[in-house]
Amino acid sequence: MGTSIYCREKHECKADGAEKPECTPQYMRISSTAKHSNRASEQINRGALMGIAVQLKGLTKRFGTVTANKDIDLSIEEKSIHAIVGENGAGKSTLSRIIYGMYFPTFGEIAIHGRKVRFGSPKDAIDAGIGMVHQHFMLVPELTVTENIILGNEHARLLGKIPLKKMEGAILDEAGKSGFTINPAARAGLLSVGEEQRVELLKLLCHDASILILDEPTAVLTPSETDRLFDILRSLKAKGKTIILITHKLDEVLAVADTVSVMRKGEIVGTMPTASITKPELATMMVGRNVLLRIENPPSLPERTVLEVNKLNFRTAEGKSMLKNLSFSIRAGEIYGIAGVEGNGQSELLQTLWGLVPQGCEISGDIGLNGKSILGRKPREIAAMGASHIPENRHRHAVILDYPVADNLFFGRHRENAFRKGFGFSRKSMEENTKRLVADFDIRCDNPSRQPLGSLSGGNQQKVVLARELNRPGISFIILAQPTRGVDIGAIETIHRKIIEARMHGIAILLISSELEEIIALSTRIGCLYNGTIRHEFTLEETAAKRMDEDRFRREIGLHIT
Amino acid sequence: MLQNTKRFMTPFASVLLAFLASAAIITLGGRDPLMIFSKMGRAVFDSHYGLGQVIFRLGTLTLVGLAVAIPYRLRLFNIGGEGQLQMGAFAAALTGAFLPEFLPWPTASLICTLAGMTAGASWALLAGALKIRFGVNEVISTIMLNFIAQGITGYLLTYHFAIPSTVHTSPVSAGSVIPSLASLTGLFTSSPANASIVLSLGAAIFFHFLIFHSRYGFEMRAAGLQAEASEYAGIDTSRHILSALAAGGAAAGLGAANIVLGYKQYYEAGMTDGAGFAGIAVALLAGAHPLWVLASAMFFAILEYGGLSVNAYVPKDIFMIIQALTIFLVIGFNAARKP
Repeated sequence: MGTSIYCREKHECKADGAEKPECTPQYMRISSTAKHSNRASEQINRGALMGIAVQLKGLTKRFGTVTANKDIDLSIEEKSIHAIVGENGAGKSTLSRIIYGMYFPTFGEIAIHGRKVRFGSPKDAIDAGIGMVHQHFMLVPELTVTENIILGNEHARLLGKIPLKKMEGAILDEAGKSGFTINPAARAGLLSVGEEQRVELLKLLCHDASILILDEPTAVLTPSETDRLFDILRSLKAKGKTIILITHKLDEVLAVADTVSVMRKGEIVGTMPTASITKPELATMMVGRNVLLRIENPPSLPERTVLEVNKLNFRTAEGKSMLKNLSFSIRAGEIYGIAGVEGNGQSELLQTLWGLVPQGCEISGDIGLNGKSILGRKPREIAAMGASHIPENRHRHAVILDYPVADNLFFGRHRENAFRKGFGFSRKSMEENTKRLVADFDIRCDNPSRQPLGSLSGGNQQKVVLARELNRPGISFIILAQPTRGVDIGAIETIHRKIIEARMHGIAILLISSELEEIIALSTRIGCLYNGTIRHEFTLEETAAKRMDEDRFRREIGLHIT
Repeated sequence: MLQNTKRFMTPFASVLLAFLASAAIITLGGRDPLMIFSKMGRAVFDSHYGLGQVIFRLGTLTLVGLAVAIPYRLRLFNIGGEGQLQMGAFAAALTGAFLPEFLPWPTASLICTLAGMTAGASWALLAGALKIRFGVNEVISTIMLNFIAQGITGYLLTYHFAIPSTVHTSPVSAGSVIPSLASLTGLFTSSPANASIVLSLGAAIFFHFLIFHSRYGFEMRAAGLQAEASEYAGIDTSRHILSALAAGGAAAGLGAANIVLGYKQYYEAGMTDGAGFAGIAVALLAGAHPLWVLASAMFFAILEYGGLSVNAYVPKDIFMIIQALTIFLVIGFNAARKP
């Protein structure tokens, strides 16, 4: 099989990497160009024989002056699960969109099942048997599962009656064959995220897609739902489907994929069978240097209680109860991690903590910060009480993208006396602030006083927010919501280290994250949030002990949040 | 860098293209565009009177331009400059008419000016309150408020304050009048240009500093760019909506100082002549930047008076076409620049 080719490449890489790890990426790039010159053409011919589902040859995609994909050669075997990993901005999404016909490549060729194609739109790709499950599902909530699946392909004349019953049967049939259950008459809006994803998959299967592209499919799933998805993927593979998995979660790649391609800065730096590579090796290839996947988390000695949430209830304007008698407390020098699937009350808790409750919502219970209640106060007042908030959606809530980096480094803190001068701001203290924070947090930018924040990478943007908030004077409590979402592995390291550092300085930290790995790595105690209440809490001792066996701990937490 | 250059060039390219288009229209009408343009140029720049006319128009256009530009920073589109100017003018004229004659200059003048600004600001605040309290789109509410302002001033003028058998109020007190530039400097003879031009220039500079160099402006621009992020940072965006609209309305109301106190010395039906709407064009061409509003107002002032001066050869409506074309081009270029 084709794997032998990759195997050789892999071994060479390993031999070289053993001596000089920094050189690995460089070597890989050389090997990929070598492949381009002699191997690729050979493979296009052999494609049909060897069962190559997708063959890319010399693929380049430019957006203006930015090269998103550069000279990509890739063969994806039929009946396999092929993962494409890379950091944010490495070009994975662009690549998948080219295969799906959403983008047209600047140079290069695509062959599907050995036949050269030129897709003008996703419709061409769909006709060629390619289907894509997007990161954000595209179901119409008011329609049923069946109606959603047949949308755009109703099997009826314009004014004719849609044969719903018949279609329902066909859908059940298809679902049964692939090993999953679904209620075709259920309304899409009432489905769980995992179910929604299955409907999306089913949609592709009903359209007879043979090549399935999944873009970050596990981002919204619980561990058990993830396992379920992987079972489905395996059974689809057994049925002869080809699956392309776009992800940045290395554990999942190793668990489910047969082959993995690593992308960095728009190029493929290596393709190899998953059986022959380890997680640290993958991470190194992805980032281009050695990374610590696990930061040090020295034991914590919590002191007095800083935040006290007591029997908090939250009822939305529609009368839906989102938080039910939620109680927990956080002490100084402690990170309290809240694990949970999104939509179990995290957003409501964050809104209440930061005084931004939407109109018409009813709240009862109490939240005390350093002994004073914060309910009913405005963000500005809460901040003045020594609190800070790093919101989950930093683009929308934490920064002004068009403002320069320097302005963003004190945005929200611009009322502090230190920055004031006359009617405006003190240029001197602003510059000082910028210089100190940029150096301290290793923020990569060319000209902080002019460069707009939006031009920075996601990781550097988050460092700006973190630098600003962790350095608030007199801070005793900080809310961290998804602090590393959309952040590169390299930057995650810095961010995690800074969070631990803040904890060591005696700040009480509330960490809300959908990444269990992050919760486990950072937390002093962990609360499992389910349906608006803490269903289970792991004590300081339990958390420290269980952290040793992360995989098992993750599964255990998974049980409490579903 | 390239992006910035393009942004900088947009208004100039728009003006140039609009002129080329109007040259084509003039040619089609059987006239020589170069002759028309040179006649315009002479009318404006060759006489004190012409320059005075342009200065007079510059004053009003700058203020109504600011009335649109300031709320625009908060992504509020104030179409109500006309109504705010009307209310301001009416209030200033009435205040001036009822002020006792013994009140000296500049006290009386100042009181009238403040009355005009207060009326303009209140009228704009109505739209702001509707927006904050009920979420009414300010475009709709300011347009409607224009009609209401027209109705109120028309009614009050006709039935209560007009001198019988005229359409204007009685003149303001002597102390309320803002002296003309002619009387102060001996230049611009018999033109309507008056000392209130200083207020217009001052307003543009003041708002430039307020928006770009003050803490208030820092918050205001942030609230305009990303309202939600500003809420998270503890900025009261509702307060900014109110204050920006009030500031815009006050600027429009200050326009009364120029038209009423500096020129006509009474309120007359139709005296604002749609100047409030021209403010939209001024602000858009200036990219809602207070100092550029000055340049943009200058351009439109020249166009307006120049157009009037060649009315004998080509209908002045051609210059309204230039105005409108310029704005279309600015909007078009801006849309094309964004990815």
